[in-house]
Amino acid sequence: MRRRLRGERLRRDLWLLSSLIPDGARVLDLGCGHGSLLSHLIRERGCRGTGVEIDPDSVLAAIGRSVPVIELDIDVDLGDFADHSYDVVVLSRTLQAIQRPREVLWEMARIAPRVIVSMPNFAYWRNRLRLLFGNAPVSRDLPYEWYDSPNVHFGSLDDLEALFADLGLRVVRCLPLSAHNDRSFWPVRLRNWAAGAALYELAGQPKSGSDADAAGRAAADAAHVGGEGAVVRKSRRRGRV
Amino acid sequence: MTATLFEAGQPLTLARGGRLDQVDVAYETYGRLSPAKDNAIFVCHALTGDAHAAGCHAGERKPGWWDNLIGPGKPIDTDVFFVICPNLLGGCQGTTGPSSLDPATGRCYGLDFPVLDMADFVTVHRRLLSYLGVRRLLAVVGGSLGGMQVLQWLLDYPEDMASACLIAASSRLTAQNIAFSAVAREAIMRDPGFHDGHYRETGDSPDVGLAIARMMAHITYLSEEALARKFGREPQTAQTDGQPPGFGADFAVESYLRHQGEVFLDRFDALSYLYLSRVMDYFDPFARPGAAEAAGRVRPSVLVSSFSSDWRFGADHSRRIVSRLERAGVPVSYRDIPSALGHDSFLLPIPRYLDTVRAFLSQALRQVRR
Repeated sequence: MRRRLRGERLRRDLWLLSSLIPDGARVLDLGCGHGSLLSHLIRERGCRGTGVEIDPDSVLAAIGRSVPVIELDIDVDLGDFADHSYDVVVLSRTLQAIQRPREVLWEMARIAPRVIVSMPNFAYWRNRLRLLFGNAPVSRDLPYEWYDSPNVHFGSLDDLEALFADLGLRVVRCLPLSAHNDRSFWPVRLRNWAAGAALYELAGQPKSGSDADAAGRAAADAAHVGGEGAVVRKSRRRGRV
Repeated sequence: MTATLFEAGQPLTLARGGRLDQVDVAYETYGRLSPAKDNAIFVCHALTGDAHAAGCHAGERKPGWWDNLIGPGKPIDTDVFFVICPNLLGGCQGTTGPSSLDPATGRCYGLDFPVLDMADFVTVHRRLLSYLGVRRLLAVVGGSLGGMQVLQWLLDYPEDMASACLIAASSRLTAQNIAFSAVAREAIMRDPGFHDGHYRETGDSPDVGLAIARMMAHITYLSEEALARKFGREPQTAQTDGQPPGFGADFAVESYLRHQGEVFLDRFDALSYLYLSRVMDYFDPFARPGAAEAAGRVRPSVLVSSFSSDWRFGADHSRRIVSRLERAGVPVSYRDIPSALGHDSFLLPIPRYLDTVRAFLSQALRQVRR
């Protein structure tokens, strides 16, 4: 496997992420950006893939590098994808920026048996320190000022794992990442303090009639019939660092 | 240029039955076919288009209908690609259609012309390709009815192409779409000048009906905002302003539509309008089980694009195509291009749209040359 791709280096966390994906897998990459992960998986690993992206310039860039990309809103349009139509669904560093992460995770588990999610950790010790001194966290993983951040949810890794459990998603693997996007050298159990972000491989497939399924549907229904405010408020409360 | 692609010895058998003993096809080409023959792009035109897709004919000032996309340095770059554009079967600008002479009778076909199917267009397109000595296309590209031909071709013969571009197309008309077509056809057929389709022999023609059909269709090609921007409620002339209301073209928009109807008569034929619009009404390629299986196996790359203000074949139509192709394993990209100008946006120089087509076709060429 080559990490350098035609002179272009795959970001370190994407490199780690790609190592979780089997050769030849069908991959759906939600929030695929310029398509670097998919481009790598398609050319070097024999995968097939589709990206979903909403940023116009990123969509154009992905098309230009031969990555199939569908310009859709992850928050509302995932219903277009059929049940079990992919082997792996990836959501890299996007969960904190979408309106309804709970419903999106549920949709992902419906689309593929394997779900790979990464999210910056708002409870990373440096972030805690910044908050303690009275400022919103700004770091390599959270590079935005409070006023121009695309992030709308501020969750810790503990919060995220609680949501996985709630949805019936089993954590197969957790790779805590350092602030430099590499494997964190701290023990995994210290991740909620020591990791700038983490990468999760989850086994999904919420079975019809299971609690997770019902929970996902109920949440989705609530959002569709105008209960969105309630769902968002709930996530915010739960997610506050 | 015109090519005779089917003759008495080897007639064209049509998908819905019937046959044509002679089929001539008018076509134009732009750019040069590379020695490896790997740069050919086939352009399918929309309902009232023709073979003249780009550039200006000698002595004319009006460029081809897709001059915004096709030409040197444009997204379909004729310095790089070899572009083929024929007038489609059933048309009236050089290709055999219902107003052509039936060699068997020496009269115009009229309504004796066989009913056409999208697959017939593809059959004739493919014959033109072999006539031109092109084995495999880099891309098949089309907007509206053109995109529907691309879709049929992609589903039936995906091995013919490395990629396909479907712009503002549909895989199945809605009741509203069919309703608009129906009114257009009624306007034509109820015109006393129609003479059951044999107007050519009478010297008469259903001009009123065809003009009304065009006027109404034209409204569906534009968005409400496009009309508001262009005309608002402007009076047609200073004379009509402030006068008591009459029933002439008091408003600028009325005069514009009349003009659209008039100029259409010079370039289009009522029978072609009936036959071609009917093909669209019946088009439903995904109704066949496993329709996209072959495309999912061969996997040419596909770009589907819609325009935000298109209320004829808007995002829902395109997303249906995307969803069917994606589920079949076809590598498909999709964009909904923001535009206030309605269905006709596919003809217009909208930067994000042009950039997308350019990026898609350049990568397609890189892929085949890798």
